Amino acid sequence: MSPTLAGLLQAGLLIAALAAVHRPLGDYLARVFSTPEHTRAETALYRLVRVDPDAEQRWGTYAQGVLGFSFVSVVLLYLLQRLQPLLPFDFGRGAVPPGMAFNNAASFVSNTNWQSYVPEVVMGHAVQMVGLTVQNFVSAAVGLAVAMALVRGFIRSRTDRLGNFWVDLVRGTLRVLLPMAFVSAVALLALGVVMSLRSGVTVVGPDGVSHTIALAPAASQEAIKMLGTNGGGIFNANSAHPFENPNSWTNLLEIFLLMAIPVSLTRAFGTLVGNRRQGYVLLSVMGVLWAGMLGVIWWAEAHGLRPLEGKETRFGVAGSALFADSTTGTSTGAVNSMHDSFSGLGGGGTLLNMLFGEMTPGGVGTGLYSILVMAVIAMFLAGLMVGRTPEYLGKKLGKREVTAAAVSILAMPTVLLLGAGIALVLPGEVDKALNNPGAHGLSEVLYAYASASNNNGSAFAGITVTSDWFQSSLGVCMLLGRFIPIVAVLALAGSLAAQRKVPESAGTLPTTGPLFATLLGGSVVLVAALTFIPALALGPIAEALL
Amino acid sequence: MTTTTHHPQRTPQDAPAAAAATRQVGGGVFSPRQLLTSLPDALRKFDPRHQLRNPVMFVVWVGSVLVTVFAIGDPSGFSIGVAAWLWFTVLFANLAEAVAEGRGKAQAESLRRTKTDAVARRLVDGVEERVAGTELRIGDLVVVEAGEVIPGDGDVVEGIATVDESAITGESAPVIRESGGDRCAVTGGTTVLSDRVVVRVTTKPGESFVDRMIALVEGAQRQKTPNEIALTILLSTLTIIFLLAVVALQPMAAYSGSAQSVIVLTALLVCLIPTTIGALLSAIGIAGMDRLVQRNVLATSGKAVEAAGDIDTLLLDKTGTITFGNRRATELVAVGGTTPEELAAAVRLSSLADGTPEGRSIVELCAERFGLSAEPTDHEKTGEFVEFSANTRMSGIDLGDLSVRKGAAGAVRAWVAENGGEVSSEVGPVVDEISAQGGTPLVVAEIRGGVASVRGVVRLSDVVKPGMRERFAELRAMGIRTVMVTGDNPLTAKAIADEAGVDDFLAEAKPEDKMALIRQEQEGGKLVAMTGDGTNDAPALAQSDVGVAMNTGTSAAKEAGNMVDLDSDPTKLIEIVEIGKQLLITRGALTTFSVANDLAKYFAILPAMFAGIYPQLDKLNIMHLATPQSAILSAVIFNALIIVVLIPLALRGVRYRPSSASALLRRNLLVYGLGGVVTPFAGIWLVDLLVRLVPGIG
Repeated sequence: MSPTLAGLLQAGLLIAALAAVHRPLGDYLARVFSTPEHTRAETALYRLVRVDPDAEQRWGTYAQGVLGFSFVSVVLLYLLQRLQPLLPFDFGRGAVPPGMAFNNAASFVSNTNWQSYVPEVVMGHAVQMVGLTVQNFVSAAVGLAVAMALVRGFIRSRTDRLGNFWVDLVRGTLRVLLPMAFVSAVALLALGVVMSLRSGVTVVGPDGVSHTIALAPAASQEAIKMLGTNGGGIFNANSAHPFENPNSWTNLLEIFLLMAIPVSLTRAFGTLVGNRRQGYVLLSVMGVLWAGMLGVIWWAEAHGLRPLEGKETRFGVAGSALFADSTTGTSTGAVNSMHDSFSGLGGGGTLLNMLFGEMTPGGVGTGLYSILVMAVIAMFLAGLMVGRTPEYLGKKLGKREVTAAAVSILAMPTVLLLGAGIALVLPGEVDKALNNPGAHGLSEVLYAYASASNNNGSAFAGITVTSDWFQSSLGVCMLLGRFIPIVAVLALAGSLAAQRKVPESAGTLPTTGPLFATLLGGSVVLVAALTFIPALALGPIAEALL
Repeated sequence: MTTTTHHPQRTPQDAPAAAAATRQVGGGVFSPRQLLTSLPDALRKFDPRHQLRNPVMFVVWVGSVLVTVFAIGDPSGFSIGVAAWLWFTVLFANLAEAVAEGRGKAQAESLRRTKTDAVARRLVDGVEERVAGTELRIGDLVVVEAGEVIPGDGDVVEGIATVDESAITGESAPVIRESGGDRCAVTGGTTVLSDRVVVRVTTKPGESFVDRMIALVEGAQRQKTPNEIALTILLSTLTIIFLLAVVALQPMAAYSGSAQSVIVLTALLVCLIPTTIGALLSAIGIAGMDRLVQRNVLATSGKAVEAAGDIDTLLLDKTGTITFGNRRATELVAVGGTTPEELAAAVRLSSLADGTPEGRSIVELCAERFGLSAEPTDHEKTGEFVEFSANTRMSGIDLGDLSVRKGAAGAVRAWVAENGGEVSSEVGPVVDEISAQGGTPLVVAEIRGGVASVRGVVRLSDVVKPGMRERFAELRAMGIRTVMVTGDNPLTAKAIADEAGVDDFLAEAKPEDKMALIRQEQEGGKLVAMTGDGTNDAPALAQSDVGVAMNTGTSAAKEAGNMVDLDSDPTKLIEIVEIGKQLLITRGALTTFSVANDLAKYFAILPAMFAGIYPQLDKLNIMHLATPQSAILSAVIFNALIIVVLIPLALRGVRYRPSSASALLRRNLLVYGLGGVVTPFAGIWLVDLLVRLVPGIG
């Protein structure tokens, strides 16, 4: 089979599997977040933490819940790492240094999963399972909750209530992520992913020298790492490691898992707003941009000077491009190949995928709310151009809505550009960190800050980010890149919910057709392009034009 | 039964035809001379306090100061050129605003002239005293006689007079103002031409209609409208993004070994931020109001103009709006063996001297259908015309031994019976049928040779104005539902509604029904517009989202609405909607254009900045601009000039044709989006052809 045909088959299988699952999963998600019923386990949990699950919250209270929960999560995760020697399964790996511990805490709580550490050397199984994995679940559930709050803003009318954050968090975790992660972990295990509590095995290699091969409870971690669009590997080589991702079937399954929820959320959105086509049009925009970038990356890698450099031969160019496109388009950040070794255009493609603001299709929950925010901006302009006060899904887009959407969109470029700019100005920081000079070096710095600010977490490699500056600045970028948009999105949801729904009339601009899709897709690309072209010109563009 | 209307009302019979001819909502004429005359005002706007109100242009202003400082420190053709053109950018933005304001100022000036310090004849306990017009208070009674100027806004409480309102409306035909009706409101500054009236003052000095109008057209009280604020936020967001992009570019450029000068970075920033729309935004808003004023409509706020673009439901009164204000003869039904020709001859004769619109329409019908002359012969002129009176409810003519009468069925029958005639049994059913169909039957009888008999019946019906059906179809395409409001019975209402092509109708409507309909529509989240003139329209006008009061109406109606139409033309509501839409479209289109321009500017400036360090970036110089300096300067110059080029468009508004939202968006995206991408490539290239000739740059 030719590599191209194999690649097309993989992409085709992936799309077919997503097409099959998005309908039941999307409808299930819609039900989970709209039913008034609580399960017995949930009721017990609410009683334990003294939450009234039927008391709905205003947007401010909801936001306080998100921020409070995440703040406590950062503190706890930091402490867990610092206190590692006191925990079991630490394998004598010692306390994680403060800068690194902060960075990791920010990274896993913000669903970024940027890893400035080598897991096999730094992290024991206890911190991994009790700390990092717990965040893999709940950070994804937070994203889901915020997305659902925004959807409620669109469907509700004349209310100041957006639902209950604690209920959404619990349901997302217990009803969606846990069962799905369990099934996926078993499937990965069956396909050959390692699952062990031992630190490693010592073997004598063919060269007669004894080697220690690290082991870890990988299958259970791998499932939620992909499903929650987290991406933090239990091994340093991430999904390029044969114990995390042994063959092309697990490769395809992992890509499927990271796409499953973001794709299905569009269906859930359509179901909840009472017009499935509203969801499909978002999916079509996400799909076209995802497929377009796949084409760019794949073509660039297949025609590069060194097609297989940085890639696993198990997956080949197509399998690597498919993974790279999907992981950067979903804010996952897992890698099965080293993006740093991609060609100028291919590596630039993965970078641009993140700069789109992670909405093609984006992370769990974050993808949906990000593209809805973009739709608000696009419809504002479109509404003006058809001569009506802009509206989207029956809600008028006035000063408050535009402000909230603008803040949400501004956050990422602001922290990214300021972070990268300051890093370059600080004497010596970049020179110490970079292995490559010139345009490629700049791409590496840009990629690091893009990855952190977009909560992607994939690394371009070729850059050492363990200095205090990088640990702290990237950590701050992750937190601001995550929580400024969240607060803005909840404020947007609040002002939308307070409005009366405007009925659709013949003068309403339809948001289900190709015209709206073009407008929305165009806005995503244009905003990213106009913001980042100058920076990209000195990095990937300069590389690609050589 | 209505037969005649005695109010000399200006019926805008030609309005739909005229509107159809100028379907596009145009603006005033723009001449380049206005740029010159507005220059002093534009220069005054360099004041930073003024610039602060517009975040985009404030950034340009700060950038200009910065570049000027650096240019003084290191003068070269390039640095001075960039500094100068950045200042021009600010100047052109100021100019756009000044031109827009200037057009209002001229109007305000002519209005001020009407504000002569009239001496008022105030009535205190029945005794007249002379006071200055400015001393009048609400509730004061003043006497105004022929030749005097009405000292303040108010309602006529006694008497009837003809008034020259040309100072306000520009319309020279005098209008009648009388106490007690819906035509009692008078405006300060207008002149009484005949008779004497007593007016109760309804506004404080300084807050009169003319004062408000002056403030409005001058833009003195202009506040940003909600949509303008939202757009400003979006533009500020874009500005911040580009500011960050440029600020962060410097360390990246330095890292790459090609640090840029402040002049170049500022030039890049100014080119990227949405200066085109930023410069024209306030001019667009002022011009939108101005377009209304040019159509003799005064809006109390810009917000109302924007709301007009959003209207979902339009309530239109049947009479005067959808149909001609007066009923017209449309059919002659002969009875009792009379031939149609005989009937026509009789009814023509009876109407020859009848000046009412109904009477004229009968003569016209006879001329058209039966070829009878519309002019009386000398013999006919000797006849004695019997005028309509509320008592007799008939009119007619006595000519020799021939008497003809036409009028209400009961009255004419009684007249025939009085004169010993027999009423044919056919008359009853014909009259009933015409009434049932919504028409008004006029029974025609004559005494010829001493024998009285009924000759036939004239059908008067509502005639839908030409072109209405098409207008409603357009409104439907714009997503606006039209509801006809009439006092007619449902059957009649339906017949006219069907003929006119409105979407719905409200029959036998009382003012409270109108109110209930508006509330009901608004409950469903719709925006409602209506016109009204009577005092009993006032609550509905206040309740509606866009309430257009007729200038002929009462003060109460004018207070309640948020717009006043000086021409008192109810069909103008349709134009108001179009102006509202056009205002938003112009903003949206120029924003899109402005943002789309950035692509070409990147292609011009980035290679100029970095081709030195990365020669491969010169591949992006697809316009083949001569040198880095000429490329950057050309982009800056284009960026400034495009503002001037677009001033006429901002003032006139972009072309608007009623069509579906999708079609509009597609068109505007194509013209202003795609056009915005392509135009600057050509523009910058052209500017560069000239700039490269400048020594030291090319």
